[in-house]
Amino acid sequence: MATVTSRAGRKCGASCRAEASRSTALCDAMAEEWLGTEAAGSGSEEEEEQDDGERRHQQLLEAVSALTGRKRRKLAERSEAGAQVSEFNVSCKGAGEKLVLSELLQPIRARSALSAVKKELNRVKQKKAVELPLSKEEAERVVREAAYVKSSKDVGKWQPVVLQNRRAEQLVFPLKEEIVAVAPLEQVVSAWKPRTPLEQEIFGLLHKTQQPITDPLLTPQEKASLQAMSLEEAKRRRAELQKARVLQSYYEAKARREKKIKSKKYHRVLKKSKRRKALKEFEMLQKSDPEAALAKLEELDQLRMEERMSLKHQNKGKWARSRAIMAKYDLEARKAMQEQLARNKELTQKVRVELPEEEPADVPEEDLTSTAIPPVSVRANKANPWMLGKPSDPAQEPDVPEDLGNAAVPVAVENKEEMSEEEEELSEEEALLQDFQQKRQARQRQSGSPEQHSEELTVLPCVCSVTEQDGSLGADETEEVSEQLPGDGSIHPVSVEEQVSPVIELPSQAQEEPLLSEQLHRVQTMEDIEALASEELTAEQEKPVIVGTEKPARRQQEGRATAKPAEKSATKKKIISLQSVLSGKLREAQCPNLPAVMVEEEDGFDQRGVITEAFAGDDVVADFNREKHKAEQAAKPQPLNLVLPGWGEWGGTGLKPSNKKIKRFLIKPAPAPPRKDQHLPHVIISEQRNIHAAAHQVSELPFPFESHQQFEQCIRTPIGSTWNTQRAFQKLTAPRVVTRAGHIIQPLSAEDVPSVAATTDSGTKLALETPPEQHKQFSRRPHKRTR
Amino acid sequence: MRVKVLSRNPDDYVRETKLDLQRVPRNYDPALHPFEVAREYVRALNATKLERVFAKPFLSSLDGHRDGVNCIAKHPKSLSTVLSGACDGEVRIWNLTKRQCIRALQAHEGFVRGMCARFCGTSFFTVGDDKTVKQWKMESPGYGEEEEPIHTILGKTVYTGIDHHWKDAVFATCGQQVDIWDEQRTSPMCSLTWGFDSISSVKFNPIETYLLGSCASDRNIVLYDMRQSTPLKKVILNMRTNTLCWNPMEAFIFTAANEDYNLYTFDMRYLTSPVMVHMDHVSAVLDVDYSPTGKEFVSASFDKSVRIFPVDKGHSREVYHTKRMQHVITVKWTSDNKYILCGSDEMNIRLWKANASEKLGVLAPREKAAMNYNQKLKEKFQHHPQIKRIARHRHLPKSIYCQIKEQRIMREARRRKELNRRKHSKPGSVPVVSEKKKHIVAVVQ
Repeated sequence: MATVTSRAGRKCGASCRAEASRSTALCDAMAEEWLGTEAAGSGSEEEEEQDDGERRHQQLLEAVSALTGRKRRKLAERSEAGAQVSEFNVSCKGAGEKLVLSELLQPIRARSALSAVKKELNRVKQKKAVELPLSKEEAERVVREAAYVKSSKDVGKWQPVVLQNRRAEQLVFPLKEEIVAVAPLEQVVSAWKPRTPLEQEIFGLLHKTQQPITDPLLTPQEKASLQAMSLEEAKRRRAELQKARVLQSYYEAKARREKKIKSKKYHRVLKKSKRRKALKEFEMLQKSDPEAALAKLEELDQLRMEERMSLKHQNKGKWARSRAIMAKYDLEARKAMQEQLARNKELTQKVRVELPEEEPADVPEEDLTSTAIPPVSVRANKANPWMLGKPSDPAQEPDVPEDLGNAAVPVAVENKEEMSEEEEELSEEEALLQDFQQKRQARQRQSGSPEQHSEELTVLPCVCSVTEQDGSLGADETEEVSEQLPGDGSIHPVSVEEQVSPVIELPSQAQEEPLLSEQLHRVQTMEDIEALASEELTAEQEKPVIVGTEKPARRQQEGRATAKPAEKSATKKKIISLQSVLSGKLREAQCPNLPAVMVEEEDGFDQRGVITEAFAGDDVVADFNREKHKAEQAAKPQPLNLVLPGWGEWGGTGLKPSNKKIKRFLIKPAPAPPRKDQHLPHVIISEQRNIHAAAHQVSELPFPFESHQQFEQCIRTPIGSTWNTQRAFQKLTAPRVVTRAGHIIQPLSAEDVPSVAATTDSGTKLALETPPEQHKQFSRRPHKRTR
Repeated sequence: MRVKVLSRNPDDYVRETKLDLQRVPRNYDPALHPFEVAREYVRALNATKLERVFAKPFLSSLDGHRDGVNCIAKHPKSLSTVLSGACDGEVRIWNLTKRQCIRALQAHEGFVRGMCARFCGTSFFTVGDDKTVKQWKMESPGYGEEEEPIHTILGKTVYTGIDHHWKDAVFATCGQQVDIWDEQRTSPMCSLTWGFDSISSVKFNPIETYLLGSCASDRNIVLYDMRQSTPLKKVILNMRTNTLCWNPMEAFIFTAANEDYNLYTFDMRYLTSPVMVHMDHVSAVLDVDYSPTGKEFVSASFDKSVRIFPVDKGHSREVYHTKRMQHVITVKWTSDNKYILCGSDEMNIRLWKANASEKLGVLAPREKAAMNYNQKLKEKFQHHPQIKRIARHRHLPKSIYCQIKEQRIMREARRRKELNRRKHSKPGSVPVVSEKKKHIVAVVQ
């Protein structure tokens, strides 16, 4: 279709038509135009008939060429003038000239349809060939690679969590605390269905009675009875409740008001009145119902016991301590303290269970009972601590009747004066208080001796409560003294014994000691014998070197100690001879300088002389010997001193532990093995490294530690509760992994870890869906502590 | 006369009420408590000795199977229930507290190859040599009902392993290929293949549940992604891997039990070399299971022993064996981190303590404190030679002992030979290959 002749187009040869029909819209458009030209040139048909034969020939050729499909272009030949067919401005001069499609389309550029076609054509021309599809294997591989990258990235988001868990000091499993939901009984029961005939039978029996299984476990009858409460009753009850509430609030308000009153006087009066009231009541009770009074007494006794147990009035509280500080300067404070002490005293004093009605009858009885310890003698012997077998009883005995009254009523007993003069009591009491205060001060000035106390006791017949307190205080002091004294006495004999006993024991010990040491060396088993033999050998080897002169004496001793003197002496002789030789050498070595110099001088070497002159000051050999001696001394095992002063005897500054104790607790070490440089006079072999200890020591730095200081630090820090407080101990010994028995540990999941859950879509969804309780769970993960 | 005597105020030591704690005055002055290192050392030594004295890990043996136990499955919701499948096709369900078999059923003809429980614990799946996958109810059948599976899927080839998804109603089987099944359908959702080989086990990742790992008999380990239904990567080792197990606390870590006596812990993101090579067994390792805490795993071996390895250590911390225990085929660590179950050739399932010297039962607070203290002391002084010697001492049967010795000699000889070869050849021509790299043949994309 590249080249077309107008004639051929006009006649529309079969082949041409066929081609046109085969072509696209472009070709259709062209065909239309050709038809137009055909209509225009129809007038000159006759002329053209001449050319018919020629055209036919042409057509034939064309058809033939169409068969091959190659030479079509060449066949397109023009024999007519170009003007006739120049409407498209196509120049087709020669058969060999090519017609370019774009040229053909040029005149109709303005027409949009064709320009689109042209564009398309251009595009078609530019397009390259589609590459061959990948082989199946390769395609799969690509997919795999992509998938692997994606999934490893997905998995990688767990990295921080994993690292955190690995580093965590403590992990508590299960990570998520599951809340055990107990299925309600009704559900369980209703869900269960009987299957076997036996079960069915039992089930049937049970359900005949219509036992309820839903939540309020009530039978219909019970429900009915519950509902049957009448309206009136309910109203009445409500009114009652209201009243009670109002009363309570009134009472509370009143109490609050009273409590707010700051006046001390008011409170004092209040207390007094209460006290009096109680006393009166008690007296009334005594008269009317002695048994009830007794019961009351019991109660009081109980109170006393409680007081004794508690530390309420012992001047130990915060307030009391502050008072104690103030007491020096403030009279009020002192008084308050005293009051409290008195209170304690009276509360803790024993109640005699005897009714005051029987008092006159009782007192002589008391006397009768106390005849064993005559009261006069008690008083007379108070100065003598030896006579106070039972110090507290006799001192308090005279006070008993008062004490009884005092303690019987919780708030101390009053005198008759007070009873009569109720109005003036306060001023009266104050006066009394001042009076006694002065007296006490006077007594203190006299630096209270026991006699003084007793005097006071006798003088003051316990008129009022304050005096009683005072008296009791005095008694207390005497008690203290008396208690201390017997204590002293009891200690004394012991110390005397101790002083005596060493005198008895010491000589015996002195005699026994060698025996004992021999006993220590006693052999029982084969191993002991061997060990002993080796020890002896070493001892013998050592000692002659150190002390060369004592040989004969030692030999004698050894001869005494050992059973077979003959054999051993032979060996010893050998050793001794060797040692003597060696020691001789040593002695020679001690002064090598002088003879050497002498020889040199004889030889006439001046240089040596110069050197000796130059180093005349330092004696190297002596230094060396000294050093060696020092090393030897240092290597000797030191005795272990376990003496603790003050145990079993008196200790303190200026006191030394007794010889006996030193002897007992100064542990002598086993003699050291012979030194290796024993026979080498010019050598010091250091034996610092302890082979026995080395077996227990770490030779290499273990893995996680970076320096040996670090490791040593770790070992040096104790973790036991002996060295650490309880809290620190718990922290130090917390286990790495904690699991709970009977709990299933589920694998980690995104819901457990909020950070991971946030990254994944599903995770976020889940987090959004979960109720706030679960959020709390995530946030409260105190288990995981990281370093 | 006043004489000073010792006197103490009772307020300093008497309790105010009976319910108060007794006050124990302590003085932490270090001068009063000397020799702390020496004393703690002695305590540590004693603790170590006691640990060895009390190390009695074997609890009981569950007998009842009439053929070797081939697989064990844990119940996901009940600690006391354990399922086991034998080589004669019988499945038994055990109650561990009573140590009794509570149910026995003939599941397959031939071996029960694999077994897994559904995540909810209501049913379990078995695969057998008879080319079937069966789903069973966990409860025993009611009165008058027959023992039969809920579903049976008849396949074309033998299935060698099965594992259930951790959250969805999906399970995976392996045989000639890895099939992923929906529970409701009788044909697989997708089949994952990469070459043709018999795959011996397949495991779902417990954390990233769409990941699967499998090991085939052509010595490779293949990872799959269920979402994209494609394999991911393949590692070829020197010898065949029998089983693998994912770490339940670390999503990308898994351990493979290999025929070459070793276990390999891999990070799935870096497969070119394992994170750790665990060596101690003297025969093929047949099974491995992680502790639920993810800190340790237990391995069962053909050498008739069970070993416990810390994840980050190359050697085992514990070895369990008894005279009667034969080749251990399967092993499981219970979900409470306390016990280990192993099924062996001689038809028994054995129950061991995971911590050999642990005291079972409830501990008093003081006991617990003492235990913790002892544990810390042992840890602190573990490098001291005497303590190390005691702590490390284990008794081994003669066969294993001799084999270990023999293999040590062999290893030494190989090492020496390599050294000599390196010495006598051109420098650089015999490179030093690390132990980790030595066992990896290739990683295929």
